[in-house]
Amino acid sequence: MTHIDFSLVDWSRAQFALTACYHWLFVPLTLGLSFILAFMETMYVKTGNEEWKRITKFWQTLFGINFAIGVATGLILEFEFGTNWSNYSWFVGDIFGAPLAIEGIMAFFLETTFIAVMFFGWNKVGKKFHLLSTWLVAIGSNLSALWILVANGWMQLPVGMKFNPDTARNEMVDFWAILFSPVAINKFLHTVSSGYVLASLFVVGISSWYLLQKRDVILAKRSIIVASTFGLMASAFLMFTGDGSARAVAHHQPMKFAAMENLYVGQQNAPLVAFGILKADPSTPNHKKMDFRYLVEIPDVLSYMAFLNPNAYVPGIFDLVHGNPARQIPSYNERIAKGLLSINSLSAYTTAKRAGNDSLAKASLQTFEANYNNFGYGYYANRDVHELIPNIPVSFYSFRIMVFLGMHFFALLLVVLFLTVKNRIENKRVILYTALWTIPLAYIASMLGWIVAEVGRQPWVIQDILPTIAAVSQLKASSVQFTFWLFAVFFTALLIAEIGIMVKQIKKGFSA
Amino acid sequence: MFESLSLLSLQQYWWLIVSLLGALLVFLMFVQGGQTLIYTLGKTEDERALLVNLLGRKWELTFTTLVTFGGAFFASFPLFYSTSFGGAYWVWMAILFAFVIQAVSYEYRRRPGNFLGQGTFEIFLFLNGFLGTLLIGTAVATFFTGSGFSVNKMNLLDLTSGNMPVISEWKGMAHGLEAALNPINLSLGLAVFFLARVLAILYFMNRLGHAAIMERLKKQLLYNAVPFLVFFLAFAGWLLLSKGFAVDPNTGIVSMEPYKYLHNLIALPAVAVIFVLGVVAVLLGIFRSLTCFEKCHTKGIWLSGTGTVLTVWALLMLAGLNHTAYYPSTWDLQSSLTIENSSSSHYTLTAMSYVSLLVPFVLAYIWYVWRAIDNKKITTEELKSESHVY
Ligand code: HDD
Ligand code: HEM
Ligand code: HEM
Repeated sequence: MTHIDFSLVDWSRAQFALTACYHWLFVPLTLGLSFILAFMETMYVKTGNEEWKRITKFWQTLFGINFAIGVATGLILEFEFGTNWSNYSWFVGDIFGAPLAIEGIMAFFLETTFIAVMFFGWNKVGKKFHLLSTWLVAIGSNLSALWILVANGWMQLPVGMKFNPDTARNEMVDFWAILFSPVAINKFLHTVSSGYVLASLFVVGISSWYLLQKRDVILAKRSIIVASTFGLMASAFLMFTGDGSARAVAHHQPMKFAAMENLYVGQQNAPLVAFGILKADPSTPNHKKMDFRYLVEIPDVLSYMAFLNPNAYVPGIFDLVHGNPARQIPSYNERIAKGLLSINSLSAYTTAKRAGNDSLAKASLQTFEANYNNFGYGYYANRDVHELIPNIPVSFYSFRIMVFLGMHFFALLLVVLFLTVKNRIENKRVILYTALWTIPLAYIASMLGWIVAEVGRQPWVIQDILPTIAAVSQLKASSVQFTFWLFAVFFTALLIAEIGIMVKQIKKGFSA
Repeated sequence: MFESLSLLSLQQYWWLIVSLLGALLVFLMFVQGGQTLIYTLGKTEDERALLVNLLGRKWELTFTTLVTFGGAFFASFPLFYSTSFGGAYWVWMAILFAFVIQAVSYEYRRRPGNFLGQGTFEIFLFLNGFLGTLLIGTAVATFFTGSGFSVNKMNLLDLTSGNMPVISEWKGMAHGLEAALNPINLSLGLAVFFLARVLAILYFMNRLGHAAIMERLKKQLLYNAVPFLVFFLAFAGWLLLSKGFAVDPNTGIVSMEPYKYLHNLIALPAVAVIFVLGVVAVLLGIFRSLTCFEKCHTKGIWLSGTGTVLTVWALLMLAGLNHTAYYPSTWDLQSSLTIENSSSSHYTLTAMSYVSLLVPFVLAYIWYVWRAIDNKKITTEELKSESHVY
């Protein structure tokens, strides 16, 4: 009966993206620094050396400043599923709600309770219990990442569920399939390890600044040893899981994969674009087609990366939109027709059931189920199929910059660790400056990761099942616009405050 | 073990859990209440620092309870999540905003380099204390007074116009703010606000070692207990006399039943006992702290705190159990949400029930940690020796 206008969808997306991005500015540091703190304190308890305690306490203060704002931004996200994605909350709430609840019960309480010991317990509880608490904070924060990423992974690859025609929603049928879905696993491992890398680079970068200033030299070097060892292992693992993520995307979200590569026409022995600059192709504006201005390719690698076989066929954007019968790829128009059939048969089922016409109900249900995997496409019935293509330049560049930075991080951490172990790091000013300036790059890489993942998924909230246009709450676009700006201004103010406090605290140094 | 329960039993079980989380949240909002009293009770910067630090060691627990309450509600009754949050948009946004500004305030208030200034963060703490309690109370009251909305799940299949359909539609133009115009809702909101202040005072009495503040606490206890009682009794009186939203267990049809909540109280004797015990404990905690101050002032928070949990728990049970619509629609009675028509599936509730077995364990370690770090009264001297102060 009631319908919504489209700028509402865009403002809702903008608001979710804004708040999620702000949350993600603070979360990766928490994920990684909590472990680094635990390593440092373990050194303290093992050696009994007070210097390690000072080191731990210094980084702990920075942790606290960052943590508070991570908590503040997370709250909004949780409730936004209800406030702004109300249809979504019903349609998939049976599956999606559970990880959120488990996250609260299992992870957040662990984190908050033992954080209190970590900060206030130094003089009140024994050394061992304090150390245990620090470890539990690290485990708790990483558990919270697990559950939310399981939820997000499920949105990319909806498994373990079945549509219930009588309640008009998807219902969970296999909890373990959701938890252990290949996308969820890759996503979790890749994302937490990106947090470890970011936090390591943060510690290495700030410590490098102390070395450049010739202050707190011993403490800074010890911090570097811990962080660069951890960071180096994490960044190797990050590349490994990134590769796994790419394969998962190729298998389950071919359109995202094609957009990440700007692969327009599918091919066998597809090459990987090592470097490329895009330019728009004006001949077909609605196709969003992009050509390469500059291009450096590595033959066969893309096919190998996607399917572990250099001869494998990788479908391109054109094949996915218009279909490729030779490769058994249906066109979007065929999928839309099936989606529409699925939606209409569900309607017919409901009407027939109400009228007591069991045989019609049964037949309709069968048609519905046979076409359910295209359900979401039905919402595009009277629309331009090209709306189903995500933003290509954003996906393409984000992915490339992230990967490039990932290699830079690995190399940098390797050099830093080597020089520190050889005790030659102090005089290598270029390296120290590079380490300092890599801190913002770490943030950029990790943000771009999410942009690849989330922008490439558009317009789906639940891949192939629910598009954004059918997921929103019925609100005035102007209302969402208002809250968008409210959050934008407010979070920016908090961010500025946070950076100011952080910088002041760092300038005070380890002795403060 | 949970698999064999009927869907209805699982729904009831989850209503009990969600209600319990809500009840714990109301108790823990003593942090919010305390935030509105910082300037009333603390006359010097040192005194205020004491109060802020006392609250600052607990705020996250309240916050996390709010988060978990939200998550558990989403998981067990997703239709509520989608109808209420998307519909009463402004109320929930105001509540969220009131909590977001709190989360950074303790950590940033007195840190050098913060460009917003100490005053701003103190205003944030006050706003959180005032709006957080008042609005949550008001929102909960709509469980009994109702809101204007309609729900039609089949709208999702309506592709007749080029635009897209919605399941839950809110009728109130103010998207939830209209709830604050209803005096019944407001009286519960104010009752929660004053209760939070009372609990904060009792908490301070328990934890502080500071003679001057202790004198002020005594006075303030009385000043806040009286309005709390007035508003609470007004709401409770209305509740027991009012019509309620009854659900026919066979057809699912919702209708108005006179004295519905009173009937529920009679039909559910266990809930009645919890309710009465709760109210008595709250009052006794306040009363004893006033009359036998010397001996009893440290115990008030435990009595009144437990009482608060029991009372709120009972109230929420009255809203949802015994065939009652817990989120009623005054615009279209048949759109009202009941624990049966808004819940997750049998499978999900079962899976979640296994997770709920962790709750006692969580409560146990919270208790243990509280005891471990609250072993001494807090004084200005103690604060000076701490490495992490707010
Ligand atoms: C420090 C940050 C960082 C770095 C250096 C990398 N990543 Fe990453 N990447 C992320 C931070 C990140 C992330 C923020 O954690 C994402 C977003 C969602 C996710 O699963 O991880 C992500 C997503 C993401 C995706 C999309 C997954 C999806 O859509 O589900 C792919 C394919 C890769 N990454 C691949 C890589 C590869 C091959 C890297 C090689 C070095 C790499 N990433 C380095
Ligand atoms: C924390 C890091 C995250 C960042 C930086 C991020 C970023 C984004 C961005 C940029 C968009 C907008 C894409 C567009 O509309 O073009 C988006 C949308 C969205 N994301 Fe994320 N995201 C994050 C995590 C998550 C997680 C963990 C979930 C789910 C559990 C999630 C769920 C959504 C939803 C529901 C939308 C709105 C619907 C849509 O546009 O698909 N996001 N996110
Ligand atoms: C859209 C999805 C998300 C939602 C709804 C969400 C929700 C929340 C909430 C409510 C909090 C505050 C918890 C408290 O009271 O302590 C929080 C904090 C946190 N979240 Fe998220 N979150 C999301 C995305 C993520 C992602 C993608 C990660 C990590 C991969 C993550 C990791 C954390 C961590 C580690 C904290 C602790 C606080 C901090 O980092 O400072 N969250 N989140």
